Order: sequence, then structure tokens, then C-alpha cells
Amino acid sequence: MKKKVLTVDDSRTMREMVAFTLKGAGYEVVEANDGQHALTVLGNDKVDLVIADLNMPIMDGLTLIRKLRATPQYRTTPILMLTTEADDKKKAEGRAAGATGWIVKPFDPSKLISVVQKVCG
Amino acid sequence: MEDLQQFKQTYFDESGEFLAVAEAGLLRLAPGNVDLDEVNAIFRAVHSIKGGGGAFGFSELVAFAHEFETVMDGVRSCTIAVTDALVNTLIRANDILAQLLAHARDGTKPELGFADPVVVALRHHAQTAADAVQESPAPSTPVTNLPETVSRVVTVRFQPKADLLMTGNDPTFMLRALTHLGAAEIECDVGGLPTLAHLEPELLYLQWLVTLTTDASLVDIQDVFEFVSDDSLVEITEHSADGASPTASPSETDEAAGGAVTPNSPGGLAPATRTEATVATVAGAASPSQLALYEASAPALAAGDSKAAAGKSSTAGDGAHLNLGGHTIRVDLDKIDRLVNMVGEMVITQAMVAEHVRDLPPGQFQELLEGLEQLAQHTRELRESVMSIRAQPVSSVFSRMPRLVRELSSETGKDVVLITAGENTEVDKTVVENLVDPLTHMIRNSIDHGLEKPDDREAVGKPRTGTVHLSAQHRSGRIVIEVADDGRGIDRPKVLQTAIKRGLVQPGINLSDEEIDNLIFVPGFSTADKISNISGRGVGMDVVRRNVSNLGGRIGVYSAPGQGSRFVLSLPLTLAVLDGMVISVGLERFVLPLTNIVESLRPKATDLHGLVNRCDVMMARGEYVRLVYLHQLFGIPDAIVDATKGLVVLVETEDGGRLGLVVDEVLGQQQVVIKSLESNYRRLDGVAAATILGDGRVALILDVAGLQEMSQHARSPASRSVADAAIQLPAL
Repeated sequence: MKKKVLTVDDSRTMREMVAFTLKGAGYEVVEANDGQHALTVLGNDKVDLVIADLNMPIMDGLTLIRKLRATPQYRTTPILMLTTEADDKKKAEGRAAGATGWIVKPFDPSKLISVVQKVCG
Repeated sequence: MEDLQQFKQTYFDESGEFLAVAEAGLLRLAPGNVDLDEVNAIFRAVHSIKGGGGAFGFSELVAFAHEFETVMDGVRSCTIAVTDALVNTLIRANDILAQLLAHARDGTKPELGFADPVVVALRHHAQTAADAVQESPAPSTPVTNLPETVSRVVTVRFQPKADLLMTGNDPTFMLRALTHLGAAEIECDVGGLPTLAHLEPELLYLQWLVTLTTDASLVDIQDVFEFVSDDSLVEITEHSADGASPTASPSETDEAAGGAVTPNSPGGLAPATRTEATVATVAGAASPSQLALYEASAPALAAGDSKAAAGKSSTAGDGAHLNLGGHTIRVDLDKIDRLVNMVGEMVITQAMVAEHVRDLPPGQFQELLEGLEQLAQHTRELRESVMSIRAQPVSSVFSRMPRLVRELSSETGKDVVLITAGENTEVDKTVVENLVDPLTHMIRNSIDHGLEKPDDREAVGKPRTGTVHLSAQHRSGRIVIEVADDGRGIDRPKVLQTAIKRGLVQPGINLSDEEIDNLIFVPGFSTADKISNISGRGVGMDVVRRNVSNLGGRIGVYSAPGQGSRFVLSLPLTLAVLDGMVISVGLERFVLPLTNIVESLRPKATDLHGLVNRCDVMMARGEYVRLVYLHQLFGIPDAIVDATKGLVVLVETEDGGRLGLVVDEVLGQQQVVIKSLESNYRRLDGVAAATILGDGRVALILDVAGLQEMSQHARSPASRSVADAAIQLPAL
């Protein structure tokens, strides 16, 4: 069965690129505009991996990660932060919030796929 | 990377929106009026432009956006104070960003150093803040080449921290990733497992020793543990040929990460180092070489000509807004529909006014009449412009079909090639949207029922690969879509037999080939002996026909045994307004679509010829045309019965068939607003829709092909019995 990935980003370009890249690698991809929207999507749909941007309106990525980790169903689901910030502070914050790992924007497609495979097979 | 190019347009469209958001926010930003949400929104806008830009390799844009973003980051974290000078710089920076985007879109090189004064100003603001908080400088050493590697043996000891699973990391995937790097022997150490009573199911007690024969670099191996190396134990030991075992050195990659400290990583693993390297090389985000480019030429411009720079940036801003904003806008469909409706109402009103002035004495109101003529012209142009907003190429539907064909091809074991033509033919959005289901079904039908298996094809001397042609074109003011296959054609005896078996037609009935072919559209008909997975998905050709007819369209089939079948779908281009000719029959008014009309004439008695005891053909321009008496078809009393006393309007259907409609009078040309008959009343044969005329009367819009079909039934006793059985054969 195809693994399902949720990409959460307020940038349509970024969502579409993630979706395109991962669909090409055989994943099923669902999309959300922000953290709040992601929670709604996740309420209806069980996913195998969440890729979340950090800077988003309404609900940011860190809040989303914390909320997911507090939800029994998503306690151990891999969550990748998608960020252009190469700074370790953000990564540490993300890790502390419960993120599995990170992908630094801009990514090249093969990098994205390899990171995704690394955390969800 | 090539594949991502298709998102460029989305990126530019979206970036245009981000620029607008940033500008609006910046214009509201003032000392003492700092709304952090708004500052965040500006930051996000710039950040997103930078992120997307990196993916497409717009390095100059990314480098500039990075400077801009750094300052915005300072503003949102309150380390940079908002001053008028800062706001001015930021607004200029937004303009420059717009210009860089325009350059990126057009593939042109920005003028060297044109952004420099703004970069210097941005840096000045950032630097002031940095000085204030004594921040350490950004990393400055770029990544050097990674070490060359050859195949060798590496052992990896991996002792994950107990609560590793809580972060969503799963050792299984890491071990699997190692196996992708080379031949791996994996030993699991279960020594740490507690007794069952003490076992916490969510904790990890295992550790692994992997012996890997690989030619992957140490960095690649470290990369596998990228997300866990800072809190789990990962030891990587390399065994060179001479038996020495140097441990992986973290020094090289650590530098790239800005000297990141890596606690608990005895193997010398630097977390994220690989990722950092990727950023620097792929995107050039804040890449030192990029910044150096700005620095080199900055002083010359920066200090001196601020007036010139200001002038430049303002034109830059205007130009960029025009360039980026001018191509597309996204508009709510409801707004367009409202516009379409209003144009429709305007067409009616214009017709009404025209109706009232028609009887005015000529000469006296010349200017008024000329004005009205112009109004009519403008109304028509307005209508066409509005309709073109809703028009879309059918390619959005056609492009889905190759995939369908591929799937069907593998499901049925038939080799199929799909050839499409006319993808750019435009038609109303609603029509496009409603094309998907009928087309999908027609293509399914062609492949499932029409095409033979490769061996069967070969046996009858056809190429093993079957062909399905899908085409669209404008014809007679409608869009005509054809699905043609080179399969076996419709098996008429079988169709007829099935129809009789299902009680759809009387046994012993004499039907023409065309009538038999069209039986496949009759509700309750299905030829597949057992319902296949493909064609028998609960949608029959009858549903296809109903959907098509709901759109004011028609579907028909032409088939030649052994050579294939051709489904022809014809739909109106728009569902809102049409150019029509108003005709009268008795006291009734009808509208004929102008696109169907060839000419109107008054026949002489010698032009009329009787067939089967009725005057039902007429010689017109050297060919015989069947006459249709509208008063007969619609049962209208007090109409002119003799064609030589009334008028004959020659009409043509999309498939080239001609008819002569006998009417009392032709009243004149008019644009009419189409009001659906189905949604207000019910479907009527021979009638496409209704409209409201200028004088407020309701007139029916005639469906010429439908009339042709009705007249055939009226003439042929055999067909009439089909019609009586409530089978509505499709018109074509």
C-alpha cells in the first residue's frame, strides 16, 4: 500500500513541489495550508508522515508538532520540519517539540525523497 | 530538478501575491505602530519567495531575499527597531525583490549591482542589531569537496536512545537505509532487554552492530543517522585494507555547519552537516560568493548617488508590479457568473428597446437608431469578452485520458495508442468540467468493447496495436468532440438481439443500421455478456447521453463493422447566450440558432416534390432537402400550411445534414439569453432551451438536429414504433 504523506505549508508552490516530488516516488500526498488545517486533515485521514513548514499563519509548525505529539494517534508518527532556516536553534526547538527530523528548503528532489525514505521507508 | 520547472508559473503567481502582502504590510509599518502579526506575514512572504527561488536556482534573488529576510527576522524578534529609515529601506527592498522576480521570470540578468544600495542599507540595519546583541558572526567557510571513497568495510554501532520512537524515528528504516549503501550484515544486541514485567513497550532496548561493505562516503553513512546522532550513540569505524581503523573525522563537515557542537556522538557525527552543505551549494542562500558580488560593487554606488538610486528603485518597483501582476489574476467564479448573468439580462433589455423602436418612423429618429445599433454591437462584444473569461481549453480534460488509456490497456491486455487533436479548443468552463465523465466512459467503451485483442487484430490483418483518436473542434458554433477507434465496430445483430431480449424493441422490427447503433444509448441496454470491470461501472451509455443532453449537447455513434466506431459529441460553446433568428409559426415564436441557418427562401410550387404522398422534399440550390413543417411537429393551429405561401428556412446540423423548416415568417435576428427548459419545466424533443423575447414573451429555442430526428420518425412508420416504445434515439 502506498504510504501517505501530509505536506503542510502556506506556500502553494512549496506544497505542490513536495507533492509532485513525492508522488513521483510512489507516495500518496495530501496537503494543508497551515497547522490548523493540518489538524483538520489529520482528523479525517491517517498519514504515515507529516512534512510541516515552520513559519505559517494561523498555526505554526512548532505548535502543530506539539499538538500532534500530544495526540495518541500521532505520538510516534514521523514529522519532518520543512524550513529555510539553517539555524540550529530552530532545529533544536523542533526536536524538543518532537520533530523527527528536518528538510532544509530549498531541497533538491532526490534529497527530499531520501530524507522521507529515511524516516518512513 | 527539471521536473520542478512546471511549478515556475505557480511560483511567480504566488510570489506576486506575496509581494503585495509584503508591500501592504510595509506601508502600514511605522515607528510605534508595529503589529507583530503583520511583521510575521511580511517575513513569511519574503521567506516563501526565497524558499521557492532556491528550488529554481535563482541565486541572485535568493541572496537578496536572504538579506531582506534577515532584517525582517530582526524586526519580528524586536532586535531591530522600526524607524522611518528602516521602513523606507524595506519598501525599496520589496521593489527590488519584485524586479529580481521579474528578471528571474523573463530569464534576464539583473543589472549588476542595481540592488546594492538597498543591500548596504539592509546590512546596516542588521549589523546595528547584531552589534547591539553581540551576536556571533555567521559561518563563513564554504563546504569543500567531500572525500573520495572506494569500496571498503565499515562497522556501524548504533545504540539508539531509549525514547527514540517518541520522535517518530524508527531504527528499522535507518538499518534499511544502510543496506541500500552496500552489503550489510546486521547483528542485533538484545542484551539490554529487561524482563517482561519491566518492559516498557514504547521504549527501545536494542542496539545494533552493522558490518557494511560499501563504497559510500562516510558522510553518506552519517547521513543515515542525521536526525538521531545528537542523542543516540552512533559509532562508525572504517577498516582500511591495511587493517588500521581510523574513525570518521567530523572536522570537515562541522565547519560547514558553523562549528555545530555535537554532544554524545563519539563517532564524530555532525548533525545536519550534509543538509547545510546542500543549502550552500544548491541554493546559494546567503552563499558567501553571492554576497561578495554585492559587496564588491556596493561602495561605489552606495555612498554616492542616493538620488539616482532612489529614482531607480521607484521605477524598478512600478515596472515589477506591472510585470508580475499583469499576467493572471484569480477571480472567484461566482463573480464571473454574476457578470455573465448581468450581460444576459442586458442582452434582453437591449432587445426590448430595439423592439420598441422598430416601429418608429424612419428618418425622424436616425440618431437614436444609430445609437441603438452601436449599443447592439457593443453588447455583442461585451458578451463575447465575458464568455471568453469562462472559456477554457479542453486540454485540461484531454490530458487525463492518456493515463486512463494506459490503465485500461493493462487491464484488458490490449495494446492501445491514444492520439489527440485540438486540445486547445476552448469552451465554457462548465462544459469542460462536465466533459470528464462522458469522455471517460466513451473511451472506456471504445477500448473495452471496440478494440480487439492483439491476436484477434493480427488475424484480421490489422496492426496489433489499436488506435483511439480523441479530437475536439469548433463547428457551427458548437464544440464537436470525437472518440474514434479502429476496432471491430458495433456488432449489430448482437445489439438488436439484446434490445429485443430486453424488450426495448419489438421482435421483427425493421431498423436501419444507424438506428441499431443508437440502441446502445437506450436506458437499460448493455451488450457485455457479463459486466466487465471497466465498462460496467454503473454508468451506461444512456447516462452519458443524458448528461450530454443536460448540457444542451448530443451524442451519436457511427460504426462500420470491422473498421471501428466513432462517437461524436456536440456541445454548445456557452450555456448562457446565443445569436438567434426569431421566426413565427401561427401565433408562436421560435428562435433558431443563427449558426444553424444557411438561408431562407420562398419556394415555388415546382421546387416542391412529394414523397410518400406528401410534399416533403424541396429542390434548393441543386439538391433535395427534406421539409419539416413546424406547425405539424408542434401542433400549432392557424399556421401557414403551404410552403409556397410561407417561408422555408434552410438549416444545417453539425454533421452537415440539411433541413428546410417551413415557417410563417422570419422576424429578425436577436441575441437571446438561454433559459434552461429542463430546470424550469422538462426536456422536450426538438427544443434546446427557452428564452424571453424583447416583448416579454417566452419563445422556444429550436434544436435543429432534434427536429431532424423527429421528422424522420414522423415519416417512417417503422421508426415511429420505436419512438412509441419511448425510446428516444439520439439525434445526429
